[in-house]
Amino acid sequence: MTTTLRRSSLYVPGNNPSMLINAGIYGADVLVFDLEDAVPFAEKDAARILLRNALSAVRYASAEVVVRINSLSTPFGREDLDVIVPQRPDTIRIPKCETARDVTDVDRAVGELEAASGIERGSIRFMPIIETALGAWNVMEIATACPRVTALNFGAEDYTADIGAIRTKDGTELADLRARMLLAARVAGVQALDSVYSDVADDDGLYEESRRARILGFDGKSVIHPRQIPVVHRAFTPSEKEIAAALRVERGLAEGKRMGVGVVVVDGKMVDAPVLKRARKVLELARAAGALPKEEESSCR
Amino acid sequence: MPLNGVGRDVPDRIPGYGDARPFSADGIAETPLREAPETESGAETRGRSVAKVVPLERSLDLLDLRDGMTISFHHHLRDGDLVVSMVLDALARRGLRGLTLAPTALFPVHESILAHVRAGVVAGIQGSVNGPVGRAASDGLFDGPVVLRSHGGRARAAASGELPVDVAFIAAPTADPEGNLSGLSGPSACGSLGYAHTDARYARQVVALTDTLVPYPLPRASIDQSCVDLVVPVERLGIPERIVSGTLAVTKDPLRLLIAERTARVLDACGVIAPGMSFQAGAGGISLAATAAVRERMRERKIRGSFASGGITGDLVAMHEEGLFDALLDVQSFDTEAVRSLSRNPGHREMSAAMYACPSSRGCVVDRLDAAILGATQVDVDFNVNVNTESDGVLLHGIGGHMDTAAGAGVTVIVTPLLRGRLPMVVDRVLTVTTPGSTVDVIVTERGVAVNPARADLAEALRKARLPLRDIGDLRDDAYALTGEPEAPRFGDRIIGVVEYRDGTVIDVIRNVV
Repeated sequence: MTTTLRRSSLYVPGNNPSMLINAGIYGADVLVFDLEDAVPFAEKDAARILLRNALSAVRYASAEVVVRINSLSTPFGREDLDVIVPQRPDTIRIPKCETARDVTDVDRAVGELEAASGIERGSIRFMPIIETALGAWNVMEIATACPRVTALNFGAEDYTADIGAIRTKDGTELADLRARMLLAARVAGVQALDSVYSDVADDDGLYEESRRARILGFDGKSVIHPRQIPVVHRAFTPSEKEIAAALRVERGLAEGKRMGVGVVVVDGKMVDAPVLKRARKVLELARAAGALPKEEESSCR
Repeated sequence: MPLNGVGRDVPDRIPGYGDARPFSADGIAETPLREAPETESGAETRGRSVAKVVPLERSLDLLDLRDGMTISFHHHLRDGDLVVSMVLDALARRGLRGLTLAPTALFPVHESILAHVRAGVVAGIQGSVNGPVGRAASDGLFDGPVVLRSHGGRARAAASGELPVDVAFIAAPTADPEGNLSGLSGPSACGSLGYAHTDARYARQVVALTDTLVPYPLPRASIDQSCVDLVVPVERLGIPERIVSGTLAVTKDPLRLLIAERTARVLDACGVIAPGMSFQAGAGGISLAATAAVRERMRERKIRGSFASGGITGDLVAMHEEGLFDALLDVQSFDTEAVRSLSRNPGHREMSAAMYACPSSRGCVVDRLDAAILGATQVDVDFNVNVNTESDGVLLHGIGGHMDTAAGAGVTVIVTPLLRGRLPMVVDRVLTVTTPGSTVDVIVTERGVAVNPARADLAEALRKARLPLRDIGDLRDDAYALTGEPEAPRFGDRIIGVVEYRDGTVIDVIRNVV
């Protein structure tokens, strides 16, 4: 299985032409073109048309192209899909998911549009967003609602407002949601992505929050400004030290196998299945991020 | 018609200009320079029969003034300059006609010149034109072409006699009664007077205008009394807040920051960011941000550089004071911090335009530069750069030191967004060649870095550093894919501008826009 690199997901307002043209140059792993909260009601149709044209005209290199549509419960959601799906985005971000049905409704609509546009059925994937208490409660059924689901997200502001929590810098109020969402993601075999850090000027705070998210097991984080991308990448890319340790584990194991030794000890610790699993995950991520030392690239394919 | 060394169609003879020597890409044309005419002043002040300090009207009595003569100005007072219009008004009152202006540059404030052109007082311009005067030139206001020269090229032309200056009017923020001049203090303080040196030395007559007359002797003068015929006290030389800016803010635009950061990586990969380095960057948004990115790298690695040169900013002053550069060589001080530093820091030194960039001098600073970061209005697939004409073909900008620093620097980097608004900045063929592609090494855009094929050494270094290298043609294709191929503006048959290369050959001509 190859690791889909989703360290950073850059939100790009769907109603800003120059941002749409230049979104791809900052090196974000994922581009999230937003038709929902970033676009005022009066500009919904203009943004939709603009985004359609941008998707058909601009090449976004290697980034995953994601569109955050408006919820199907609004007057805009269905039309968003009608216009955007034929442009073959990689993924649809579905806002305000509260039940499996919120996902399967979009699945049905997208399936019809795929068929009508000659796109292989099921090829467009989904990223549901959890933004309410009900969504958080049902996160497991949402994660497993349909095979298109590839990653889970949450919206910190809406969620904390809904549960009546106070927003803090260290995110105590989000601890339960993060833990719950991560578990659901792992059970469903999909990725978990952290919410945005809204203080654009505070690189240190962003790094700290990103690092903590990675420690919890998250695969990446949404960002709202290009300057946040390198900070988030730094937090979500294995460090040289981590990579070196993981390589020692792999080599130690290979060596042990060759020598016919049953138990292998690396860096003073016995290498058992979880240690190996962690090491492999580090190396997969490092390879996907291009952070692997050159001579190792071929050996750990 | 023959094509010159950058493939441009330049006639042998240009009406109002004369014989044109075609630019050759093979090397610099030699210019023999003359000795400075120290005792040939045409003003009636020799033998001390007249005191040097006289009112403006009286100075005009004493000068040898003729219709059709050439008068020069420097641009250190930038958009706050009141001297050009003050002098032109006085000459107009005297009934002089057909004058050639030889300013080192003009700014929007100089729009007042246009009335004198229409009245016949001013017939032509040899010098940089910016803004309204350039637009008027493109509309065909002048009979002959504007002659555009770089700072180095102008110094060369003035020293060789190709640009014979009859009277240099020098705005002097401080002066003493014998004509020792300084830009360091006074309400119109502008710091360096670098662009005025050549004229002070070679003009047939030299008049200093000042609003701050101090007792003799002014201890630190940048132009000394042996060059100056007359000193004219005036009430006000300029509008201070338009002479120097406050601190120039570094851009927050992520796209420009991306290009700036990438530029620093390019310089690093080329081995420029190393002990003893020398460096020049413009004062445009990307260049300032690139300087900041270079500064970070120098700090991190505790690198002590040799010098930074050109237009000096507060950022460069801070780098000097922090010990990142031993010296600053200052041809023009951009902000108040640079003006103050020139008084305060012995390592911050004024330099003349000739020392800065004159290709026929006995040695110029640009030849010692490890790297230059320069902007562009357009770049083409042959790496030629246009800084003079806008995409609608109108002459709106001077050359500055662009072609001089590009020719001299070890690594010349052009920084530009690939798109500005809906316009592509990398094109098939620039509208005007200002700086030949043979002197440009690297182009840095947000969508990739292009290296001049002549610099395979640099390409290899940049590839190793994993910079996003692109073929220049691919960058153009990327731009055209988004904007379409721009239709060329419609030019007429009249040549309204001659772009001289720094050696006095003609690199391009600019035609009127119809």
